[in-house]
Amino acid sequence: MSATVTAPPPATESAPAPKRRSFLGLDRDGLMLAVPALIPVVIFSVYPLLRGIYLGFTDAQAGANAEVNFTGLENYRNLLDDSYFWDSFRIGLIWAFSVTILQFFASLGLALLLNQKLRLRWLARTLALVPWAMPPVVIGIMWRLVYHPNAGILNDVLLDLRIIDENVDWLSSFSVALPAVIVVGVWAGMPQTTVVLLAGLQSVPKELHEAAAMDGAGVWQRFRNVTWPAIKPVVVAMTTLDFIWNFNSFSLVYVLTQGGPGGETRLPLLFAYEEAFRYGNYGYAAALGNAMVVVIAVFVVFYLRQRVREANG
Amino acid sequence: MSRSTPVATTLKYLALACYLVFLAFPLFWLVSTALKTPQELALIDPTWIPDEITFDNFRAAFDEQPIVRSILNTLLVAGVSCAVTVLLSIPAAYVMARYRSALSRLTLVWVLLSQIFPFILVIIPLFLLLRDLGLYDTYIGLIAVYVVWSMPFALWMLRSYVETIPIELEEAASMDGASKLRTLRSVIAPLLAPGVVAAGLFAFVSAWNEFLFALVLIRDPDLQTLSLTLVKFIGAEGVARLGPLAAASLVATIPSLIFFAVMQRRLTGGLLGGAVKS
Repeated sequence: MSATVTAPPPATESAPAPKRRSFLGLDRDGLMLAVPALIPVVIFSVYPLLRGIYLGFTDAQAGANAEVNFTGLENYRNLLDDSYFWDSFRIGLIWAFSVTILQFFASLGLALLLNQKLRLRWLARTLALVPWAMPPVVIGIMWRLVYHPNAGILNDVLLDLRIIDENVDWLSSFSVALPAVIVVGVWAGMPQTTVVLLAGLQSVPKELHEAAAMDGAGVWQRFRNVTWPAIKPVVVAMTTLDFIWNFNSFSLVYVLTQGGPGGETRLPLLFAYEEAFRYGNYGYAAALGNAMVVVIAVFVVFYLRQRVREANG
Repeated sequence: MSRSTPVATTLKYLALACYLVFLAFPLFWLVSTALKTPQELALIDPTWIPDEITFDNFRAAFDEQPIVRSILNTLLVAGVSCAVTVLLSIPAAYVMARYRSALSRLTLVWVLLSQIFPFILVIIPLFLLLRDLGLYDTYIGLIAVYVVWSMPFALWMLRSYVETIPIELEEAASMDGASKLRTLRSVIAPLLAPGVVAAGLFAFVSAWNEFLFALVLIRDPDLQTLSLTLVKFIGAEGVARLGPLAAASLVATIPSLIFFAVMQRRLTGGLLGGAVKS
């Protein structure tokens, strides 16, 4: 007691005195409180995930009594020979990159506007949050109505503006289906990115901006030298996560096109879903999932390296 | 800071207007389509605002498809998922915040993994597991899955709320002889109310909106959640059917929209609270 009077411990170390260690460093009370959450997580999340990774190295098929054999890398050899696999990864990467980048710039612009005192800002703020509250299935249906070849508003507007001369069937046309789907992806994903960027912008001290303006820095210079460095960590984290989410996305495109026309919008997860639940090739579909993990891991590593570089100054 | 020139101001409003149009016009079109008569929907040159506003599409949607039934189903599934998620998360989040144990680090790793793993790796084994447990095509199975998959985020959010509660409060309680569980229930839980609302809302809305798990794990038409029913609805798309489809979609959005409207500030506050801390 007397020692702490002269040298009080820093406030950050206010955790309770070390308890008698047992499982995972928890005492009996802690264990009792954590176990009800841990058990379902292990059963319905950790175990399926591990078994899913394992299934990717087997020939598991649908059917109650089908025998499961370990086949090593055979699934992956087959994947490499499967042009549908390459197509779905190519489409998945185009989709994920386009949606993430467009979404980022659209959200950044919106966040910068929302961060200023403009009239109607409340309306934009509310509208920007609405897609968040909508089920992806409803977003898909809504955009099907917008893109509808006869009863859709998009063709009507573009015809009136004389940008097109006849109705376009946006979601069934080979050349425009993917771009059309990407626009929906951007629309649906904007709220989250905007909210996070707006929070980042609001954490930039106003005094910095004022000082820079006093020194005669223009809008662009202030953005580059004051705003950007402050929000960059948030931006890197957000875009990495956005990319991974988009690469893993399913529902929106399933509702819009089911992967059509002719597989033009068949994202990796749509392909894997068909393999698993239409054709019953569980092992092959899981192998596809493992291949997706490899792509995702590349981005995670990129992100971590960025973090480390920042931490090292 | 705002010594903007008139030109700059005009440009800003122009940009804001573009955003408003982009964000609003699909919503506008959904509402407009839902209120049109079949005759008007079949016009070659679609009208923007319905000449004749009708609510028949809503009646048709409710009559022809089991929309009411699936709304009740979804309310049940989302409500129970939300309650169970919160009940399990509060104590676990408390442990994560107050103990320096490997558990917190493991949970963090798991939170990240669950965010980035492709669902296909999880959903095939889940399907097999639930089938073996006799929980395939049941609400218990679906709810268990929803609880577990919205828990990472709920835990993460609640943990940051627990950390804002001064530890002295607990020390005082334990000095008075209260047990851990008692302290948690009567000291921590009441102070956690905003966090609980945010986490519960998150769990509710994710279950309400979810589609892929339900698609794989539910087959019985009587058990279908709203997303499944709506997707079935898409199939036969004569132009006249667009009205009821739009009406049903609007109805499907209302509950989560209400939740969002009520909790908007708290939710973004909660998200940001968590984001700023970590």
